[in-house]
Amino acid sequence: MKWIITFFSSSIGKKLLMSLTGLFLILFLVVHLIGNLQLLKDDGGEAFNTYAYMMTHNPLIKIVAYGNYFFIILHAFVGISIALYNKGAKGQKYAVSNSNKTTWASKNMALLGTLILAFILIHMGDFWFKMKFTDELGMKSYEGFPEVRDLYTRVSTAFSQLWIVVVYLIGMMVLSFHLWHGFQSAFQTLGLNHKKYTPLIKSVGKAYAILIPLGFAVIPIWYFLFKTM
Amino acid sequence: MSADMNLKIKVWRQKNNKASGSFETYPVVANEHMSFLEMLDVLNEGLINQKKEPIAFEHDCREGICGTCSMVINGQPHGPSSGTTTCQLHMRHFKDGDIIVVEPYRASAFPVLKDLAVDRSAFDRIIQAGGYISVNAGQAPDGNAIPIEKGRAGQSFEAAACIGCGACVAACPNGSAMLFTSAKIAHLGHLPQGEVESNKRPQAMVAQMDKEGFGMCSNIGACEAECPKEIKLENIAFMNRSYLKAVFSGEEV
Ligand code: HEM
Ligand code: SF4
Ligand code: FES
Repeated sequence: MKWIITFFSSSIGKKLLMSLTGLFLILFLVVHLIGNLQLLKDDGGEAFNTYAYMMTHNPLIKIVAYGNYFFIILHAFVGISIALYNKGAKGQKYAVSNSNKTTWASKNMALLGTLILAFILIHMGDFWFKMKFTDELGMKSYEGFPEVRDLYTRVSTAFSQLWIVVVYLIGMMVLSFHLWHGFQSAFQTLGLNHKKYTPLIKSVGKAYAILIPLGFAVIPIWYFLFKTM
Repeated sequence: MSADMNLKIKVWRQKNNKASGSFETYPVVANEHMSFLEMLDVLNEGLINQKKEPIAFEHDCREGICGTCSMVINGQPHGPSSGTTTCQLHMRHFKDGDIIVVEPYRASAFPVLKDLAVDRSAFDRIIQAGGYISVNAGQAPDGNAIPIEKGRAGQSFEAAACIGCGACVAACPNGSAMLFTSAKIAHLGHLPQGEVESNKRPQAMVAQMDKEGFGMCSNIGACEAECPKEIKLENIAFMNRSYLKAVFSGEEV
């Protein structure tokens, strides 16, 4: 068992954790976005509310959800500890710095990540916490389901407030920068870098880093513009 | 033809490892055909004539192969031209009247010894930990007794171009030595001669690299951009997969 501890305390072991948890979160975001797009259906919230019910009650999805919380925490914890260690390993900074050959995002992953973490906390406090732990949400009934919590109305109230919409847009921009570097970086960490497929990974990564945050961002904008009386 | 250049050199002066240093600015007259080190020689001669302590900097081959001429010039290890060491950097890349800022490499694992000279012996210890292959003693083997695929030989040669200068560490915002270590692992790891230690080498060298206090790679790419021998990030990927394979193969170091 000693080898496992040695491995996860090595530089490459820690980076492997970052890469695998990061890739898991990348997959999660796709599923999360597909679910959220139910919010754009003009059905008074039926599709979204029943989807939210399924996500919080299906035992298999619940297990994956707990895995997801764990991976976010692990990713954040290891990421921040790596960043702190690296700051010490650099030591004194240069008086003149010249870094026009590198991307800003790649050097600020921990800052971007911490902002994402702050966003996740605000986001979960607003919707997930209110749905699971308070009685603030009304109930609705749909065919084939027991009474479900009306998260849809909560979402549309939230997105009628300009400041919440702005927080979401900033959050998605930060996520986009994190992924702009993170997506391809995860593959390099795994040891996958070859001129055959790396250009493809980089292109897919850039497309992902733009399209997924954009997809999430459309929802608050849509609600603010078209659903606010 | 070659006009004199009047320059100001703002350089880091530090008495020894314990002292705290600071910048000093000196005027120097150079010409565009000088190498950067020759310009520093001229500056030092002036300092000696004034009975001042000359600037300590490391140099040896002055032809771009030994990797000792470590310094950061205007924010770039080995200065502004890519794929070039400080000794091969010509003054024609600067303009008359320039103020040039010269600093030592910055990384906790490379402590400053004096002025621009830093202690890079951490690299030697990484090599000692596993940068070798096993061969039978006795008669010299036949030149081409071991067939090597051309592609592999090429990858190995490219990695072997690393001169251990440490510019990658100096350039990295994380003070990571992964480009250097990976070049050494890839150099031997791509060849059949390196097969015997293929599981031991990455584990031993990465462990030593970590022990020396180098940072962890965030795949920023500053190292690749500044490496005078243009060592590629593909080598770090090679190191990562060799390391993962070695760890999960279960072979002890
Ligand atoms: C849904 C959210 C997130 C996704 C999809 C994501 C994805 C990724 C990916 C793919 C990487 C590249 C891993 C590698 O280089 O091998 C990465 C790196 C990183 N992430 Fe995240 N991340 C997320 C949230 C966070 C959070 C909340 C934090 C911290 C508070 C964080 C901190 C970091 C740091 C510091 C790195 C750089 C590690 C390094 O290369 O040294 N991330 N992320
Ligand atoms: S990888 Fe490049 S920058 Fe790093 S030590 Fe080798 S030659 Fe120097
Ligand atoms: S002095 Fe040898 S490489 Fe510059």
